[in-house]
Amino acid sequence: MDQLIFASEVMLNGLMTGVMYALVALGFVLIFKASGVFNYAQGVLALFAALTLVGIQNGQVPFAHLINAAFGTSLHHFGWTVPSVLAIALTALVMVGLAFLIEKLVLQHLVGQEPIILFMATIGMAYFLEGLGDVMWGADIKTLDVGLPQGISESIETVTDSWFGYGYFIDRLDIWATVIAALLVAALVAFAQYTKQGRAMRAVADDHQAALSVGISLRFIWVMVWSIAGFVALVAGIMWGTKSGVQFSLSLIALKALPVLMLGGFTSIPGAIVGGLIIGVGEKLFEFSIGPMVGGATENWFAYVLALLFLVFRPQGLFGERIIERV
Amino acid sequence: MNSMTSDGYITADGRQIGGKLMELKNITLRFGGVVAIKDISFDIRQGEIRAIIGPNGAGKSSMLNVVSGFYHPQDGEVWFKGSRRQPMKPHQVAGHGVARTFQNIALFDGMSVLDNIMTGRLNKMKAGFLSQAIWWGKAEREENENRAVVEQIIDFLEIQNIRKTPVGRLPYGLKKRVELARALAAEPQLLLLDEPMAGMNVEEKEDMSRFILDVNDEFGTTICLIEHDMGVVMDLSDRVVVMDYGRKIGDGTPDEVRNNQQVIDAYLGVAHD
Repeated sequence: MDQLIFASEVMLNGLMTGVMYALVALGFVLIFKASGVFNYAQGVLALFAALTLVGIQNGQVPFAHLINAAFGTSLHHFGWTVPSVLAIALTALVMVGLAFLIEKLVLQHLVGQEPIILFMATIGMAYFLEGLGDVMWGADIKTLDVGLPQGISESIETVTDSWFGYGYFIDRLDIWATVIAALLVAALVAFAQYTKQGRAMRAVADDHQAALSVGISLRFIWVMVWSIAGFVALVAGIMWGTKSGVQFSLSLIALKALPVLMLGGFTSIPGAIVGGLIIGVGEKLFEFSIGPMVGGATENWFAYVLALLFLVFRPQGLFGERIIERV
Repeated sequence: MNSMTSDGYITADGRQIGGKLMELKNITLRFGGVVAIKDISFDIRQGEIRAIIGPNGAGKSSMLNVVSGFYHPQDGEVWFKGSRRQPMKPHQVAGHGVARTFQNIALFDGMSVLDNIMTGRLNKMKAGFLSQAIWWGKAEREENENRAVVEQIIDFLEIQNIRKTPVGRLPYGLKKRVELARALAAEPQLLLLDEPMAGMNVEEKEDMSRFILDVNDEFGTTICLIEHDMGVVMDLSDRVVVMDYGRKIGDGTPDEVRNNQQVIDAYLGVAHD
């Protein structure tokens, strides 16, 4: 019985972790749906958003090192702090600006190109953004606090203790992440399915020429989609940044999104969520049950093995569109 | 075409054709050193079926791309509905009442036939963003109205039985018909068809010809088409522009064009000595 309760706690924590994975995967799905491109830069986008948020919050001078080196000054901070809400809004604006720049400087010149070319472009963008983040805000590890509650939720611990005689240990941040992710997904699904912009987005993903011929502005759709992806990256950046600090390894969480996408399907928003949850729960339960037998650390590879199995048996993922081609 | 005036003319089968809907004046289009279109002028009149023909590589598709805004000519003027058109992006041209199909079919393969045709109505939807997302008020009414129009077109083109089929699964001939349906959904004033019958068998060609004539007849849509099948072109069109190596070598009714020596030379070849 104790084992079972413990397993259910592990599972619950797995679900919460899964939500965090899903948040990152969402950004990928959006761009993929709208441009048929796997956006390698999504993880870096989250990092960049988190860096910018911390920078704005703490009143850091952007490009301080560069300015100091060039002019012999010693600027570091403006000497003010910006309230969280305002800082988040400003960061969102920065992400929209970034979307404009990406469209103007990169995508506009690649209209009608093969997806692989666009994919290569996003790899370039990833490295560029990582460098830009470094130059703008410095490479040190920063703590991010936007006022989200953190630490163990005592009320859940007491309630579950009185029910099962065992207090569940759940991080309050994880609960908040779940709520926010749920809201975000509901909004995104409504957007993609029911608005004309959503329909236009799917059209652009399918065929640039055809989209143009029915009067869809590629420019507008791309800026819109990258802005939304930037916003999702911001949310993911806030969550992960709060959880484990804003550091450059944050961009690597993008790698964890890959198996999530293979499970859920690259084109499905609900798929990203379900995929994230399955991976989150799966790797925690696997570590809990099988881990001790093989010496642990299964969390590092479990997701990828699962993704590999999916690639073999169901390449379109659980919810992805089946690719049919007549020859 | 005995009585060609600036107000229009009467066709051989007795239809009244109106004034100039679109006029191209001295269009020249170059790609680097290659001249794709050289100093071509012609007009498309309200309500007529206008064909552009010519051997492969004559510049027909380039011409259509100029009209639909995909290419921008280096020289020349495009006049539409009586005023000179500034250089526009293709999506802006579409917004001004010009719809088109493509030589090698450009449909949204992942979407159903119905959704594909609905994209043709994107420009007709004006409801606010939020209202659409929560499916309420103006958005719902609008969606229903647009759906009704689309259903009409589906009936018209006789594709009811494939409404929900993903386009990727359809055979070639039906894809072409869906593409026509999507273009019609925009209720265009000028409909551009780039080789609407390429790769079709005789039966499919007959169907498509009938639909093109019906569209012109029932909706009064002006149509400009490119086609290789001479028989089809002569049957369908009111007037024909003939292109060869980027130049215009003939312009007139099918009969006039058929008897034009330059056209005969271009198609059958001419002895060089």
